[in-house]
Parts: sequence; C-alpha cells; structure tokens
Amino acid sequence: MFKTLPDAGGATVIVVINGAPFSAPLGCTAAAALLLAGAVPSRTTPVSGAPRAPYCMMGACFECLAEIDGAPNQQACLVPVVEGMRINRQSGSVATKI
Amino acid sequence: MSAAFDYVIVGAGPAGLAAATTGSSLGLKTAVIDEQAEPGGQIYRAIETVSARRPAHLQLLGDDYAVGADVVKRFRASGADYLPLTTVWQIDGGRNVFTRGNGRASRIAAKRILIATGAMERPVPVPGWTLPGVMTCGAAQTLLKSTGAVPAGRFVVAGSGPLLLLIAAQLVRAGVKPAVVIETRTNRLAALRHLPAFLSAPGYLSKGLNLIAELRTAGVPIHSGASNLRINGDDGAREIEYDWHGHTRREAADVVLLHQGIVPNMNLALSLRCDHQWDAAQRSFRPQLDAWGNSSVDGVQIAGDNGGIIGAQAAELSGGLAALAAAFSLQKISADDRDRQARPLRAKMKRHLGARPFLDALYRAPQVVAAPGEPDTIVCRCEEIRAGEIRRIVTEQGCPGPNQMKSFTRCGMGPCQGRLCGLTVVELIAESRGISPGEVGYYRIRSPVKPITLGEIAGLGV
Amino acid sequence: MPRFDSLVIGGGLVGSAVAYGLARRGLKVALLDEGDVAYRASRGNFGLVWVQSKGIGVPEYQRWTRQSSTLWDDFAIELKNETGVDVAHEHRGGVHICISEEDFAARRRQMEQLHLESGETRFEYEMLDHAQLKKLMPEIGPEVAGASYTPYDGAANPLYLLRSLHSAFLKRGGQYFPNSRVGALKAAPHDFTVTAGGAKFNAPKLVLAAGLGNKTLGALVGLNVPVEPVKGQIFVTERVKPILSMLTIWVRQMAEGGLLIGESREEVGFNDATTPDVQQFLAARAIKMFPFLRDVRIVRHWGALRVMAPDGLPIYEQSGHFPGAFVATCHSGVTLAAAHALRYAKFVADGALPPELARFSNKRFDVQNAA
Repeated sequence: MFKTLPDAGGATVIVVINGAPFSAPLGCTAAAALLLAGAVPSRTTPVSGAPRAPYCMMGACFECLAEIDGAPNQQACLVPVVEGMRINRQSGSVATKI
Repeated sequence: MSAAFDYVIVGAGPAGLAAATTGSSLGLKTAVIDEQAEPGGQIYRAIETVSARRPAHLQLLGDDYAVGADVVKRFRASGADYLPLTTVWQIDGGRNVFTRGNGRASRIAAKRILIATGAMERPVPVPGWTLPGVMTCGAAQTLLKSTGAVPAGRFVVAGSGPLLLLIAAQLVRAGVKPAVVIETRTNRLAALRHLPAFLSAPGYLSKGLNLIAELRTAGVPIHSGASNLRINGDDGAREIEYDWHGHTRREAADVVLLHQGIVPNMNLALSLRCDHQWDAAQRSFRPQLDAWGNSSVDGVQIAGDNGGIIGAQAAELSGGLAALAAAFSLQKISADDRDRQARPLRAKMKRHLGARPFLDALYRAPQVVAAPGEPDTIVCRCEEIRAGEIRRIVTEQGCPGPNQMKSFTRCGMGPCQGRLCGLTVVELIAESRGISPGEVGYYRIRSPVKPITLGEIAGLGV
Repeated sequence: MPRFDSLVIGGGLVGSAVAYGLARRGLKVALLDEGDVAYRASRGNFGLVWVQSKGIGVPEYQRWTRQSSTLWDDFAIELKNETGVDVAHEHRGGVHICISEEDFAARRRQMEQLHLESGETRFEYEMLDHAQLKKLMPEIGPEVAGASYTPYDGAANPLYLLRSLHSAFLKRGGQYFPNSRVGALKAAPHDFTVTAGGAKFNAPKLVLAAGLGNKTLGALVGLNVPVEPVKGQIFVTERVKPILSMLTIWVRQMAEGGLLIGESREEVGFNDATTPDVQQFLAARAIKMFPFLRDVRIVRHWGALRVMAPDGLPIYEQSGHFPGAFVATCHSGVTLAAAHALRYAKFVADGALPPELARFSNKRFDVQNAA
C-alpha cells in the first residue's frame, strides 16, 4: 500500500508482522510498518468485524489499534519500531487472560 | 514518579515549542510533553530526522516545512525539559498533569498549563470512508515526513482545502502522481469580500497559485467542482466514484487521501471544562480565550491551532504570547515588559491572521460533508453508527443533543471519544432540529482523554 | 393549551417507566424532560436488577424490590415486542463479593437478617467461601474472602432500557417534550398547569419524577421530598471478550464487552466532578477483586449524582393538599423499572397508593416522627 522512497535511506530493523518478518525503516511507527508491509486490513472491528486500517496517523482516530509485543489495543501510530517487535492484527475486541 | 514545574506545555508543535523557548528564557521551569518521538507537532513532523538523514526532502516538502528547523533548534537550546513519547491522559482540578510514557503512569504538578495540542483533520464522512486505504491527506504527509514513504500503487487526492494541493504537489515532487485531484466545490463567491485582506497577507496567494501550476505542469488532472464522493471496495478501497460536470466518474485507486480542512483537537481542553463556543466561519468549536490565550479555567492557557485554526506562523506567535502571560502571572516579568515584548508578536500575528477569513470562507466545509445526506454513511467509526440512525433518533425520538444521542446509540462512546464523530453528530442534530450547531452543544468529554490501564492508575499512588 | 390525562416531569429511568406505564393504561401523557446537559442520575446506573442488598431491616423494601425483579422477565419481553429494542436483561442470580473476612462476616449477618424478615416471600441465600466462589468465578482474585449469592439478582442495559421506554411511550401515544425544564407550576386539587419550554400543559394528574429536581418541584405541590445528591464515580473500559462469569457489584461486563467499574459514595453536593483519589481507590479495588483488570484500559471516568433520601429508601407519595400530584424517587431506577411501569403507574392511574407502599411515604420525614 505504501513504499519507501529510494532516497529515504537509513537503517532498518526486522519486525515480525502477523508472524512474518519484515524489514522496516528504523524510527518508523508500527502503523507505518503495517502499511509498508501491505498488512492491511490491520484490524477488524469489535462491533461488526469490519476491516480497518490506519486513517489519521496522528493518534486521533484509533483505527491503527494493534497488538504490539503481546499488549493489545496499542495505537500503532504512536509506537516507534524496534528490533524484533511483534506487531499483530487485532480481531474484534481484546481477549484478557485470567 | 512525581515532578513539579512552573510551566507544563502539552504539545510540541510550533505553539508549544515557541512557548517553551520563551517561557524558559523568562525563567520559568518548563516542560514540554508530546506523544511523538521528535519535536515539531504535525506541521514540522520529523524535521530533525529529515534535516539529518533526508535533507533533499526539505526542498521536496517546501519552505513552510523547512522553517520548522529553526523553531525546533531554538527549543532544543532553551533548556526546557522535553518528554517525548509521552501521553497526557488527564489533568485534574489542581493542575496536576497525568502522563503515561515508557509503560508507566506519572503525575506532574504544574503552576501553569499550556494546552497546545493543535489540530486534526476534519472528519470526511463519505460512503466507504472507513475502508482500509482511505486516509487523511495529513496521514500521507506524516508518512512522507517521518518515514520517506509514499503510496505504492494508484491513489487519488480528494476534498477541499490548502493541504489538498500541497500534498499532491509534494508527492509529485517525490516521484508519484495522484491519478486525479478531485476538488469538491469551494465557495469563491462568499470568499471574495475577504480577498483584499488575503492579498495583503504574506505570500499565501502565490503559494496557492504555484501549487496549481505545478500540478498542471506535471500532468495531474484537477477535477474541480466535484460532488457525491463515494468510495467502493470490500476489504479495502478499490475505486472512488464522484460526479463531475454532469457525469459520474470512477477512478480506480487503493489509496484515497481525503481532506476537508482541519479543526481544533479539543478533547484535553474540554475534559478540563474550558468554555468553548461555535465558530461559524471555521465551522467548528473553539475555546473562549483572552488576548493572551488564557482560557476560562484558572491557570490553563491554550495556544496554536487548538484555539481555533490560525496556521503555523501565527501558532508560533501565539505560543510566545502565552508564555509572556504565564511569566507575568508567576511574577517573572513586569506588565510593562510583558506588553513591550508582546507588541512585535501581535503585529506579526495581525498580518498572518489577515489571510484567515478568505481561506476560511473559500474552503468552508460544505453542508453535505458536515452533515452527510446518505443514511448509510458511517458517522461514528468506533461504534459503527450511521447518519440515517442519528437523524431518525432526533426526528422520531426527539433527542435534543449529542449527550442524549450518546445515551441512546452509543455514538461517541468508543475509544476515540468523539474525535471523529463529534462535529458530524452536532451538525446532523442541528440540521434535523433546524438550529445552529452552537445551540446544539458538544459531547461532555471526560478523562482519560487517552486510554490508561487500571494497573497504571493503581500504581500511581496519590 | 393542550390537555392531558397526566403530566410526568422527568424523562430518566423513573419518569419514562411511569410515563410508559400510564400510556400503556390508555392515559394521554405528556413527558417533560430537560435538555441535553442535565444531571441525569440514569448515567450513573450500573444496570443491575439487584435484590439481595435491598431492605435490610425494611422488609417492605425487600418485597417491593423482589416483586420488581420477578416482573422484569416479562417486562423485558414486552419492551422487545413493543419497540424492537433488546434491553439485554439477564436473570441468573448474583454474588455480592466480600473482599475481607470482616466484610464476609458482616454480610452473612445481613443475609440472615433478610432471611428472617422475609416471612412468606422467603429470602434464600448462600454464603460462598473463597474456594466455592472460585469455582463459579475462576477470575476472582486470591485476596477475596468470599461472597453472598442469591438467585434473585439480574441485570439490564440502562441506556437501552431508557431508549426502549421512550420508544414504547411514544408508540402508545405518549408525547415527549425535551428542552422543557419546568418554569412555573400552578397547582389545585386534580388540576395542574405547568409552564415549560415556552409552552403550557394542563392535566388532572402530575407525577414528579425529576430526581434531584423533585425537592423544589415537590414544594410547589405541598410535598416534602428531602432528596440529596450522592455522587458515584464510575469507569468504563475498552471492549473485552466475555470474561466475567457472574453478575456482581462494583464490576459489570456489558453485552458489548466493556466493563463498568464503580462506585464511590460521596456526599459533596451538586458536584459530579471526577477526582484522582477516588480514581485510584476504584482501580485498586477492582484489581483486588479481578486481577485480570490490571492490564485492561479504562476509556472514560465520570461521575453521576444518585438521588438519595436520608434513609436510602424510595419516596412514593400523593400530595394531601393537591391530590392528583404524585412523587416517585429512588436510587435503583433499573431494578424498580418494572414495578414503576407495571404497578406504580396503575396506582397513579387509580388515584391512590396502596398500604404496601405506606413505608415509603414522606410522612416518615415529618419532624414529629423524628422525635
């Protein structure tokens, strides 16, 4: 869905998106990584299971909610990627563990 | 875990940064708290990274972006504390600022608070706007600035407003062309009477004309006067449909960038019960402020676009004014000093604000965007409540306002707390009841303005 | 000036239930409500149809509550059939969680007292120790001593209930007037004229169901209604997959997945502000009860004002000086909704409150009785 420009340069890190490794630019957000990897829809809604993906990229819309390193409902556009970060699609509402 | 400052500033955009620089220089112990990783807010997003790692992009993004480097430099040199990747989720009645960063919640005591959380894109509720691939023009700009990323496939830019042409041009300079720029109807006639003031404001007209020329030269079609936007697709956007010159057109695209101006990001100020009023010209609510940015709540100021859309240059100046007022109120400078230093700021602001009435009038959101006619259009994205249901609850059940609407439908009860549905709900109720949005009122916004876990709250220790 | 058979002041859980009950009996009813920004105790309601804590020492209240709970089953179906709105009523018993051993011992005494006072109605309960409670609720925290259980408790969605009552009221020919705060009230026996929202309304019956507003309005019809605000602060969390296995106090999972967490009891006047100290207290208590909540996010924290009589009981009365004027106030608007719609409305329509409601008369507040 999105791609980095050839002159974007810079280091990359390997993140794991829905179980698959992906090389993301260092410093990009988890939401940007999802868009660069084409991992959309990045979540389905709790109300109807509708497909969604990041919309505003600035922390207002809450569409980019994803599970990051095991924590659900993270606003992925506010989380910079680090090496080994696990970013997973969220389906419906959050599952809790007793 | 607990800290104390004279001046706590929420938001590291031009207003917040300028306020911090000025406040610090006047002897205020100052902290700037911001959700992003670098200073700059939205307009100057990632300016330090771009300057260091992608300097060629400074030209691509344009002068209005590049000037941000100095604002940020001055802030870095100011000695103010800076808390990036930190969210403010609550401010209580005692001016304690509750934050969350590094997975931990904290409490910061403040003598004075400046809310400079800026603006966000006005929601553009058209059929299909919730599909993956549909994003704001601002989102595309953010991706370009912070990651050097552009749409990979076919994309269009649709809507109305200064940002529309700017992002289209920036992407062209970056090497990707929108299939079409779809410009919905602007209000040229209504804007005309503000033209003289606009022409005397620094450089705004030439900027606009240059962008149009640039896009034309690049061969990007600009379809003006379009209407009836609709985005089709199943798991994601597939095409945009629109009416133009009497025909219905369809343009294949998997990314659709929407824009219809920007509006104040109100929730933090509203959660503090700062008084707001309806601004018909900007078609949004704005806080009630005095000439220094003091709000109706003692010790709380608002500056920048958060106080009503004024643009980046004026935002910087308003931050400086707020800091002068804060310093005076904490007896760091005299009233005379404060007024003397304010004078040049006010003079500059006046010139920049001269452009606003024209831009506000020209790009005023049309009724169909403010209050979507198609009943199936999703209004509340979080709870998936549609325009038809909202209208029906007003006309059939006599629901008078957005808070009762919330009770009846759950509209506005999702995680975004009304950020993306609030204005639309107000306009729908206003239209259905035949009154002004100002008379309808807005959601009662509560803390936390960003979600926080029970464990983080319990771990705070009062 | 439009004439009605009855005016009802207050469109919250009590007013809309009584208004629906009257319309249901064929009366022509005007329901007058305030605007969009009003205190609205309904917003603080957890939605429990709770029986086991009511009327300790006041068997009439336990009976009235139990009756409402029994009527609720058919009431929910009736509302669904009338309006299509499912108010998510469940009736599967509930547990009152006791965190400490002292709480547990005190609760056992209270339950025993209810049992002894219940007479023919027969109040049965079970005390569950930690191990027994854990079998029913695996998610319970290790520090919780136990709970009392009764089969009579249930729950509904208070917002859907409100919406359904309003809809049912309209379908039965009721007329709803929002933005109609009472400006003036002229009272005579069986003849009431109300000026509200720029219009005048007249009827031989008047029901005051305006919550905290009943105090001022009551005085206009010779009724002493000594209600005071008691603030309750509540959280609601993000939507979570179903986890809470029993209905209980202080933590409740709604059908859409969000959890309600409450509640404080603060006597601070007309002040519904949220405060960090109570925020802390509620979070800590919730985590003690259910440790899984530690990682769950709250998305909203608000305060609502309960309508509280000095003894916590409802007030039901007809004015002596101005017969035809009735008052109904309580702090359990969901629990008593069925009784209000199906029984209290009948009493109002018939023009007299029965002896079983005498315990709730406002005469209990008269100065002579206080001696």
